[in-house]
This record gives sequence, C-alpha cells and structure tokens, in this order.
Amino acid sequence: MMQARNFPIGDPILEVRNISLSFGGVKAITNTSFNVLRHEIRAIIGPNGAGKSSLLNCINGIYKPQEGTITLKNEVLDKISPNIVARKGISRTFQNLALFKRMSVLDNVLVGRQLHMSANFLQVAFQTPQARREERENRERCEEIVEFLEIAHIRDTPVGRLPYGLQKKVELGRALATEAEILLLDEPMAGMNVEEKREMCRFILKVNDEFGTTMVLIEHDMGVVMDISDNVVVLDYGKVIGDGPPDEVRSDQAVIDAYLGVAHD
Amino acid sequence: MNAKTVFMGYTRSDLANLVVALLVALVVIPTVVQTDYWYSSILIPWLCLSLAAIGQQIVMGYTGQLALGAAGFMAAGAFACFNLILRVPYLPFPVALALSGLIAAAFGILFGLPSLRVRGIYLMVATLASQFFIIWMIDKFGWFKNYDTSGIITAQDILIFGKPFTSPFEMYLVVVVVVTVLTILAINMTRGSTGRNWMAVRDMDIAAESMGISLLRTKLQAFAISAFFCGVAGALFAFTYLKSLEPVAFDIKLSFKILFMVILGGLGTINGAFIGAAFILLFPVVLNSIGNNLFHGAIDATIISATEQVVFGALIIIFMIYEPLGMAKLWYNIKQSVRSRFAPRSELPRQRAT
Ligand SMILES: Nc1ncnc2c1ncn2[C@@H]1O[C@H](COP(=O)(O)OP(=O)(O)OP(=O)(O)O)[C@@H](O)[C@H]1O
Ligand SMILES: [Mg+2]
Repeated sequence: MMQARNFPIGDPILEVRNISLSFGGVKAITNTSFNVLRHEIRAIIGPNGAGKSSLLNCINGIYKPQEGTITLKNEVLDKISPNIVARKGISRTFQNLALFKRMSVLDNVLVGRQLHMSANFLQVAFQTPQARREERENRERCEEIVEFLEIAHIRDTPVGRLPYGLQKKVELGRALATEAEILLLDEPMAGMNVEEKREMCRFILKVNDEFGTTMVLIEHDMGVVMDISDNVVVLDYGKVIGDGPPDEVRSDQAVIDAYLGVAHD
Repeated sequence: MNAKTVFMGYTRSDLANLVVALLVALVVIPTVVQTDYWYSSILIPWLCLSLAAIGQQIVMGYTGQLALGAAGFMAAGAFACFNLILRVPYLPFPVALALSGLIAAAFGILFGLPSLRVRGIYLMVATLASQFFIIWMIDKFGWFKNYDTSGIITAQDILIFGKPFTSPFEMYLVVVVVVTVLTILAINMTRGSTGRNWMAVRDMDIAAESMGISLLRTKLQAFAISAFFCGVAGALFAFTYLKSLEPVAFDIKLSFKILFMVILGGLGTINGAFIGAAFILLFPVVLNSIGNNLFHGAIDATIISATEQVVFGALIIIFMIYEPLGMAKLWYNIKQSVRSRFAPRSELPRQRAT
C-alpha cells in the first residue's frame, strides 16, 4: 500500500522524553519516551487504562506531567496551556466527544478556524470589511471540509442532535479545520461499524497524503492499526513496551504477552 | 447560516425584521401612542431593561457563565454618567453614555476574574460580590453622589449637541436609537467569530481551549462587553426612566429580575432578552389591572403581588424543565407554524441551530 508518498516520513517532529504523570497515588504514565516522525501516521495502542489518553492530554497541555519534557520542532512545550499548544500547530479530537453541542455542525468546524481569524470583537461588532471577508473566506473553507467529510447535508443541525457516528466526523472536521501540522486523534473510530471505520480510515489517509499532516491516533482495532499506521507505540500500565513498525510490534513477545495475548474486542 | 445573505452578511429576513422593528418604533408607536404614561412607564423601562438583559445574555446565555450582578453594573453606568456630565463641561450625552459603558466594562473585567477559577453556583456567589461592592462604594464615598445629602439626586437633562431631550417622547427616541444600535452590534458579535468563541467556551471549554481559544481572554471579554451593555442600560434607566440617581434602585432584586428575563426569554438568544424583559415588566401590570378591573379591588394588593411571585417561580421551573430555550423558542415555533400554513412547503426554512 505504500507507494511513493507525497510527503515522505521525515525527522522527529514531536519528542516525548521520560514523561511521568500521576493522579494522587495512581501512576498513569511512567517514564515514557518515544518520537513521532514528521508526516507519519503513528498509532498508540494498549489495554484499557494503559495511559494512552493521558499521554495525548500531556502532549496537548491539558495535563501537566510531573516529570519529563515534550519537544515540538525543537521547542520544549513546558507547562503551557492547550490554547498555546494549538497555536503551535497541534490539534486533536477527544475520546468521549467534546463538541459544542448547541452549535451547528458548520459552527463547530468554524471554531476550528479560530486561529486563522484575526478580527477582534469591535471589528466583528461593526462588521468591518476585513471581518466580513475573513468570515466569508473561513466559511468557504469549512464548507469544503464538510463536503470532504460528506456531512454537508447536516451543516446547519445542532450537533447535539446527531447520531454518534456523525458527531465523530464533525469532531474530525473541527480538528482538520485548524490545519494543524499534528493531529492527535483519541479513538476516532470507537463505536463505529466496519463500514464507518473504513470511511474514517480513508479520510485519515487522504488528509495525511494530501496535506502531509502528522497523525497520532489511539485505536483498539488491530486490523485498522496494521492497515494505516506507519509506526506503533504500545503502552501497558503507563510504560512503553513496544515501539516500531506494525508487523515488528505484532511479533514482539512482550507485546503479545501484555496486550495481544489478552482477548480484546 | 443557510439563507442567502443579501446585504453585508444579513439575510433578507434580517433586513425585513429590522425595517419592521424601526417602522413600529418610529412610526406606528408615535402615531398610535399619545399618552406619556406608555412612554415613560412601559416603553422606556422595557427597552432599558432589554438592553441590560442583552448584557446578561452575553455572559450567561452565550458564554455560559452563571453571573449575577447585572444591576451592579447598571449602577456603575448610571453614576458614571451622572458624574461625567456633572464634571466634564460640554460632554454630549451619547459620549457620556459610551464612557459610562466603558467604566462599567472595567468593573466587569474586575468582577469577571473569579470566572477563571470557579464556575456554576460558586461563580454566582462570587459575582454577587460585585453587586454589593459597587452599591457600597457609591454609598460610601460622597464624591460619587456629589456630596448630596438629600438622598435623591435628580438626573441632569439629556442634551445632545445643545438640544434638550426632556419630554417622555423625546427620551423614548433617544432610548430607541441607543438600543437599536447596540442590539445590532450584539447580533453581529453573536453571529460572528466573537460569539462562536463565547458559545464554544459555554458548550465545552476544554475543547474550545484545544482549538486555540484562550479561556481567560474570552471570559473576560464577555464580562466586559456584558457590563458595557448593562452600564449603558443603567445610565439610560436612570436618566430616562427614574430621572434620579439612587443606589437602591439597582439592588439585588433588579439583578434577579434581569436573570429571570434571560431565563424566561430564552438563554442564548437576543430576541429572548426583549421578550423576557417585556414579560417580567408587563406581567405585574397586567395582573394588577385584572385585579382592579375584574374584581374591582376585591382582591388585596398583597395577594396580587404574592400571586406574581408564585407564577414567576412556577414559570421559571417549567421553562427550565420543558423549554430551556425559553419564550424566544415558543415565539419561533409560533412563527414557523404560521408560516407553514401560508407558505408552500418548499419554502420552509431549514432547522437553524440556536
Ligand atoms: N483526570 C484523572 N484523574 C484521575 N485519574 C485519571 C485521570 N485521567 C486518567 N486517570 C487514570 O489514569 C489511568 C490511565 O487512564 P487513560 O484514560 O489515560 O487510559 P487509556 O489508555 O486512555 O484507557 P482507555 O483505553 O480506556 O481509553 C487510569 O488508571 C485512569 O483511571
Ligand atoms: Mg483513553
């Protein structure tokens, strides 16, 4: 499946070094290190409670790890809040859907464009030409995104009323709208049927191929992981127990014992 | 926005609404309503309180911050306006009004700070402090009241470039113009990126932050703009309705009234502010006249006012449970059903997000 890629995999863009995170007595992550390479699709796998979501939350600044550093393009992301991390080019989706429920699909996606809009509240209040142009251009951009994700027909529906699968798509759309260099996707295919999963994979591969977006995704479905990821990190009890290309990881004894050995789905 | 925009991002129906509203306010009402009572006791306070309710909408309905203390910011605006006109010679009223709003906005930022730490009922308690602090400050320092000891300070005449606006009708015109302009600005903000930031923070703050929205900036901005609206509303309220300046007029009861206007009118809607204000203001009047005309005073006034409280309480509970979008949503539903009766099916507008 890997022909010549538009964006060949490059150097590390994101480096996680010796991260440890605990909540009171619970150690969620222990001394974890790995690199994410530019333009790759990186999967994070591991049993429930392994610390995968916590790891994404650390990268994105929601959690502040007690130890270790996270480096984005040679800049240490130290104790900075999610909105600054977003500014630096990392966007994400959430495991339990974190959409703006009372807002329409298009407005949700438009929030993802916030970083590309510079008009202040006075310019918006007085509808200056710049504010109007900016609004129009970003709306057009979002229309393209909802077309691409095939959710254009529900663009004006409040997302709270949509079924789960569509909400997942809206969340991906919002993350795509940011045009971030790195997307963190926390179980983007959870709760989907085979058909929906295949569609979601197609979107992820297409975005990676067309825009070179680096993807870090958490996924439980090993079939999906083997299909779309370039490299896999395996977490267990907050520790990295495997790191490498999918087939290598799959045949690793420690990984088999800890994770693949136990029946999952 | 699915409907086609025809002018500066407004749809045909937006413009139609504006034209109708202006026609009613500036042509129909002036020809039909001749008694001063209607201007000075119904229309003026309704418009002033609607403006304050828009302020409450911004911080609570749009940004989701349970703030209580609109009347405090109204007091700040009212006394700021009084002092500006008193101390700055030749200051035109509109300028004084805008500056009063800005001063109230500064208080808004100050008392919005707790929203960065606490939420929900705790924030409500914290913002209550603003209410008490502002009133206390005005009472404590004689300067704000120009060392008046009589207790009642008469508001100065409204002068706009030398022309006085002192009759109820003239004051009504001033209020209409100010409220119209500020309402349009509020609608622009709520429909644009500013409002999307507010609503994103309201609906899911963690996700909003992950999309690059600064919670600090967005919340404080909402508090500032909200207080600006309340401040201007307070100044108008004092200068055109009360015609005097007394801190007690801006007590906690008024803050609660404005809160109820927003809840009953419909959280997160601008027209809900107007509908809610009309309801809260007119309901006691209607109840009173029913008491007087139907029962010829047989019912005691205290019973009527108790009935009023009970009905408000019940309505708030009912709306909270069954129609959180308030009367604005009911109004929308009525319009839709009327429209669907008269319009061919294909012209039905698609469902809009709230
Ligand atoms: N905010 C929190 N407060 C307390 N404990 C937490 C918090 N977030 C995560 N944990 C704990 O950290 C550990 C790792 O949780 P995490 O959600 O990262 O796992 P996960 O690998 O994403 O699991 P899943 O596959 O179920 O999503 C768990 O023991 C969890 O209970
Ligand atoms: Mg998880």
